[in-house]
Amino acid sequence: MDLTLPALQRSAQEMRIDIIKMLHAAGSGHPGGSLSLIDILTVLMTRYVKRTPENVEDPDRHRMVLSKGHGVPALYAVLAKLGVIPHDELMTLRRVDSRLQGHPHNASLFAAEASTGSLGQGLSIAQGMAMTAKLDSKPYKVYCVMGDGETQEGQVWEALLSAPMFKLDNLVVILDYNKGQIDGPTNDIVNLEPLADKLRAFNWDVQEIDGHDFEAIDAALEKAQGYGGRPHFIIAHTVKGKGVSFMEDPTEWHGKAPNDEQAAAAVKELEATLN
Amino acid sequence: MAKATRVSFGEELAAIGATHPDVVVFDADLSKSTQSWMFAEKYPQRFFEMGIQEHNMIGAAAGMALSGKKPFICSFSTFVVGRFEVIRMSIGYSEANVTVVGTHCGVAIGEDGYSQMALEDIALMRTLPNMAIIQPADDREARAAVRFLAEYDQPAFLRLTRQGLEEVHDDNYTFEFGKADELRGGKDAVIFATGGVLHNALQAAEELAAEGLDLRVVNIHTIAPLDVDYVVRAAKETGRVITVEDHSVVGGLGGAVAETLAEHQPTLMKRIGMHSYGRSGTPKDLYTHYELDKDGVKKQIAAFMKG
Repeated sequence: MDLTLPALQRSAQEMRIDIIKMLHAAGSGHPGGSLSLIDILTVLMTRYVKRTPENVEDPDRHRMVLSKGHGVPALYAVLAKLGVIPHDELMTLRRVDSRLQGHPHNASLFAAEASTGSLGQGLSIAQGMAMTAKLDSKPYKVYCVMGDGETQEGQVWEALLSAPMFKLDNLVVILDYNKGQIDGPTNDIVNLEPLADKLRAFNWDVQEIDGHDFEAIDAALEKAQGYGGRPHFIIAHTVKGKGVSFMEDPTEWHGKAPNDEQAAAAVKELEATLN
Repeated sequence: MAKATRVSFGEELAAIGATHPDVVVFDADLSKSTQSWMFAEKYPQRFFEMGIQEHNMIGAAAGMALSGKKPFICSFSTFVVGRFEVIRMSIGYSEANVTVVGTHCGVAIGEDGYSQMALEDIALMRTLPNMAIIQPADDREARAAVRFLAEYDQPAFLRLTRQGLEEVHDDNYTFEFGKADELRGGKDAVIFATGGVLHNALQAAEELAAEGLDLRVVNIHTIAPLDVDYVVRAAKETGRVITVEDHSVVGGLGGAVAETLAEHQPTLMKRIGMHSYGRSGTPKDLYTHYELDKDGVKKQIAAFMKG
């Protein structure tokens, strides 16, 4: 697989098509937060987590915990692109006999790393994995991809307080800050701002980027490779539903699948970007 | 000599640290109470003080389990099991090999009152399909349970007492996970008891023997998975079943036995345990008040056997 940034950007567009098709086939799911996430996840999984079919169960592998479990179609699309799961399997999303549960279930699909989907729990799990790496003096990194809405959970702030105490500079959080949650714009529900200031006050190393700019995503992750005694937090500003014009809305496309007509229109629009 | 099962746990955990390098221990600012401090003192690198953050402790322990460690997480049972939804997802559904250690179980913790008492913890944990639940009744059993759990590779819950417990086993005792432990034979009824009140149930049965009742007493240290075969057989053989526990009568040992018998061997039953929220008082006064001491258990059994 070509891992240059232009090639990855094209791959991400292809995976957007996969996401639309699998959600359409499933008849339910979360397009908005999957489409906002896919650019981040593409760069992260290919160039930093470096997931391959061969290293899925390697105890020293880099790990990615998807705390915003409803964004899992994006993860499945990336795992298919990487050959970890067969591409055809994507169309089994949410079916009773599928490994591709509606939210990540590690016991069904090991590559999911942990079961998530109840919001606010992933960062604690990632923290524990980073603690193991420190305890065993292993070089692997642990990445946690979070949603903005879930930072409203108290458990997230427990982990934000706790991780710097353990000097987990092998822990990297990327926030898919797409500004929307089910009941409305995130900062109208519970305002997160000024978020970077809050995180710096909690002793995190903080960066703020455009989560659809491949060079910015890559540069931020590269910078987060540093060991400075502090855990890293990348605030990635994104657009919910990114890439499909009629889905680019903070709330409308949070949790509904496209119908036949909408799916066809979305795929057509995305395919046009590949030519 | 009466000894709290939390103390037996703390001592044994520190002892197995040497032979089980994968064991790590978490506490949430209660290590002096849960007795995890003994492990912390011997293995400071493998002990994680999480502060008053039970949700985060559960998640971090799950993460460590999913990356190869064998965590024991310690707190008052009501504070840790009370964060049930995180246990359900991050430990249960993730199949994370974590042992949740809940101390200060039951009304017998005394004066601190209901806010610190775990009276519903077994009921919650029983709903998770892969959660083993062990409640030891004395020092030997607690130590054996810790040794067993260090080797066990699935989610588990160990329920411990604050108060000292009289010994019910001798040196020949061997712990068998998932097996009912018959302590006293009898044919008029079977008493299933667990944890801190087992000794009271035994004494009550002995006194009732003088009044002509031949009562079997069985220790259920493993509440999940329950020894269904034994429970059904004992109900068949005796025709009457009593459960005794320092826990709500809803969903605990009494619930587990009732559900099992309703399906396999409908039997007249009496569940002895807590029917209300707890309150403050000395452990002794509380056991008298809630009829969980020897006399209270005896009175309830006698009334049931007459009915």
